[in-house]
Amino acid sequence: MNAPPPAGPTDGAFGPDLVDVFGPSQSHGGPDLVQLLTPEGERVHHPEFDLDFSAEQLRGFYRDMVLTRRIDTEATALQRHGELGIWAQLLGQEAAQIGCGRALRKQDFVFPTYREHGVAYCRGVDPLKQLGLFRGVDHGDWDPHEFNFALYTIVIGAQCLHATGYAMGVQRDGDVGTGDPDRDTAVVAHFGDGASSQGDVNEAFIFAASYNAPVVFFCQNNQWAISEPIERQSRIPLYQRALGFGFPGIRVDGNDVLATYAVTQAALQRARDGQGPTFVEAYTYRMGAHTTTDDPTRYRLSDDVESWKLRDPIARVEVYLRRNGLVDDAFLADIAAEAADLGHTLREGCKALPDPVPGAMFEHVYAEETEELRAQRDGFAAYHASFEGSH
Amino acid sequence: MTQKITLAKGLNMGLRKAMEDDDKVLLMGEDVGKLGGVFRITDGLQKDFGEDRVIDSPLAESGIVGTAVGMAMRGYRPVVEIQFDGFVYPAYDQIVCQVAKIHYRSKGRVKMPIVIRIPFGGGIGAVEHHSESPEAQFAHTPGLKVVACSNPVDGYWMIQQAIACDDPVIFLEPKRQYHADKAELDDTETPEPLFGSRVVRRGTDATLLAYGPTVKTALKAAEAAATEGRSLEVIDLRTLSPLDMGPVLESVRRTGRAIVVHEAHVNLGMGAELSARITEECFYSLEAPVLRIGGYDTPYPASRIEEEYLPDLDRVLDALDRSLEF
Repeated sequence: MNAPPPAGPTDGAFGPDLVDVFGPSQSHGGPDLVQLLTPEGERVHHPEFDLDFSAEQLRGFYRDMVLTRRIDTEATALQRHGELGIWAQLLGQEAAQIGCGRALRKQDFVFPTYREHGVAYCRGVDPLKQLGLFRGVDHGDWDPHEFNFALYTIVIGAQCLHATGYAMGVQRDGDVGTGDPDRDTAVVAHFGDGASSQGDVNEAFIFAASYNAPVVFFCQNNQWAISEPIERQSRIPLYQRALGFGFPGIRVDGNDVLATYAVTQAALQRARDGQGPTFVEAYTYRMGAHTTTDDPTRYRLSDDVESWKLRDPIARVEVYLRRNGLVDDAFLADIAAEAADLGHTLREGCKALPDPVPGAMFEHVYAEETEELRAQRDGFAAYHASFEGSH
Repeated sequence: MTQKITLAKGLNMGLRKAMEDDDKVLLMGEDVGKLGGVFRITDGLQKDFGEDRVIDSPLAESGIVGTAVGMAMRGYRPVVEIQFDGFVYPAYDQIVCQVAKIHYRSKGRVKMPIVIRIPFGGGIGAVEHHSESPEAQFAHTPGLKVVACSNPVDGYWMIQQAIACDDPVIFLEPKRQYHADKAELDDTETPEPLFGSRVVRRGTDATLLAYGPTVKTALKAAEAAATEGRSLEVIDLRTLSPLDMGPVLESVRRTGRAIVVHEAHVNLGMGAELSARITEECFYSLEAPVLRIGGYDTPYPASRIEEEYLPDLDRVLDALDRSLEF
């Protein structure tokens, strides 16, 4: 038992943590970090955010994270083979995404950035849909209303306002605070530490606080905004910013799927109950590059990466499961085989994704198509038809 | 029922009607609630529809438009007010990158029935950022529709039509006309289509193309020209994206001359587009090049000299003289 002191999630905003972000404790997340499973695979308890997890649930988290990592490594390999134009890697952030994704209820709605492959997986979106986006066959081909999972947003932080507006709509529909678990709805906005500097994110905080909107701001602080370190974004730990906007901020070990699940679930329930927004800072690390075009060896030390490898989110669950006799070799081998199958499916599926027909560029610009666009489309078709048989 | 109304009244009545007809219609913006908007366009609506439907927003334009996106995704039809034209730029990213594109990138699965109301144009003696004409910025953006009303009757109908439209509409309101002239509204009539231009004065010697505040300028110029025996046709474009070129081309083929009148900077503005399209379609009917009268390519000047910047009757008549000299 090494439980942190029983401080409230928003306490200590002006305490010694002010320098935390620059100090040596920063790499461990500071004293307020909520953790339920240590990097060594030891189960610890927290006075406020603790849950009982069934063996089945724990095995499920493990499977989810292994498959999510496989999606990511497969996509990265596909990019190296020229099958994808670019890929935004999540390596190291599996626990943050699965913990958050599994805490959602069907009616909750998620507004992702462009790295939420694990959350998308939890929502039931076929990972091939994300590959299509990064391959360039479309801008994302899942139905946001079917999965309650919006399309990826490339402009940093813009979706935090969409989430807040959606949450304001939820309020107006009366879908908060009814006590009906199938009705009360929370909204999640995903963003990163870099996005926390954006005006839209801060405006979203203002709106959410002002209207007490049922939204959870889920920040995956992976320490790097491409090459810009967290020190370039914030003088204080990010979760402490929430206090300034008038709602609670919680820092959770983003490499700990149990803690991430527990904290997110609490924040989601708070939103569903009509108690307003929460800021969750999932303290994690991007073990790979920002995207496949990036070269992290130019801006960060390999020592840092090595130290974070020791906190791998999957390894600690595996150790815990093994140590407690909750899995055997056969189970782990089954998961590994399932991941291999998934990799194969994605590899073949990606290569088989058809290019859109060129005329598709004219579709869906408007709900009510305009004459001028119709004329351009017809002209385009006629122009192409004029080449038929000439080559 | 018929009654004499101002543009401000027409817009207010139109918003009220839209809110009565569809309870998913919401108004959002700075000061739109208790104050009724700085121009009082939303006067009395919060009192009657409540704070959940007429929402006083924090002072953050990107926030207003960005939250409207989420509202639309939840099934609402938000109508947001940007307090003045020059304040739309903080929301520019949300408008052109999100509002304009979400229908497209979702392959039509997510609709964006958002109306962004912008009081636009000069002539009210305001300080900077309160008199601008940003229409070309939005008309240049695929996915947005852009309209400008010019009179009380259009104000009443067009705002309702824009709200009913499933596409995002940038709705430009000529602020100096808000309380200027009254017109007779018969709300039992069938309105003109939203995306259509309209001949508002018949003539034979040249065609004046105008929208929003300059329709009045063009009509005055046509009246003055008539005293000198010149017959000008005036078209109120009403819709800037999509442009309704049918009446424009028909008119220019008849008159052989076109002059575009707008308040925005001439360089790369609506006049440039109209000129290009007329030249492409009516080249052999033209007796003179298409001329453009507009604001100069300067930032909007200090208001004590804005009358020199804004197109007026004399500049239009001067352009007519030049056109007739060819």
